[in-house]
Amino acid sequence: MVSTLPPYAATLGVEIERDVEGRPVLLMPFGDDVIGRPGFLHGGAISGLLEVAAIAALYHAIETEGPEDASVRIKPVTVTVDFMRGGRDKPTRAAGVVTRLGTRVANVEATAWQDDRDKPIAAARMNYLIVRD
Amino acid sequence: MDGFDAERFTRHGFGGHGAALGMRYHAHGADWAELALPYDEKLIGDPGSGVIASGPIITMMDMAASIAIWIRRAAFVPHATLDLRVDYLRPATPGKTVIGRGECYRITRSIAFVRGQAHDGDPADPLAHVAGTFMVLGSW
Repeated sequence: MVSTLPPYAATLGVEIERDVEGRPVLLMPFGDDVIGRPGFLHGGAISGLLEVAAIAALYHAIETEGPEDASVRIKPVTVTVDFMRGGRDKPTRAAGVVTRLGTRVANVEATAWQDDRDKPIAAARMNYLIVRD
Repeated sequence: MDGFDAERFTRHGFGGHGAALGMRYHAHGADWAELALPYDEKLIGDPGSGVIASGPIITMMDMAASIAIWIRRAAFVPHATLDLRVDYLRPATPGKTVIGRGECYRITRSIAFVRGQAHDGDPADPLAHVAGTFMVLGSW
């Protein structure tokens, strides 16, 4: 599931990388399709990248949990995005951390950065409803 | 009368990310603006159901709120989104255009407070609720 990103991720130009632990890290190149004001990323594109990163992290956590949960669907309930810095003319990466994976609800935090992971340009907290078929 | 003309501002459509999503002007008032996001397969977040991702809705609400702020300030004052919270009340119906209304209900010298809703045809049946703050860039 993590290896097949939805059409919206392709619209953003997002690709999947992996960190040393095998967890998904999403890469979004700078380009015309993600620009807001000249020279800067659109906040919505950053939000979209954070969303894709959160969902990738969540599916990764669900798959790690066990193969019997392969038919899980997730639905976003709330998303709160904080913007710390303007996104400049360079690649942006984002990764999600599942803070809690419950039976019905998952809480995920996602961070987006450019040069330095310790200097995030934006972060999001997301709550997902989990539907286990 | 207006120092900021929302219709004129959006007459030639949106550039950059807004254009990539197919976002368009819909309507505006004294402290609000509405944008439209026609359904498009490239916005899909869940291929199984065809429901669009939440990211495009955030983009639209961010932009609608921005325009609402410029209308209320009667000037195009550069600002940056400080935070934005979106509650997803229900999935957007596949095939339907989503309308997003941003309203600026309070401005101070440096901060603008916004709220908004998105629906796909019936304003009484919203699909998302939004609250956020924007900060003026530079001195004001």
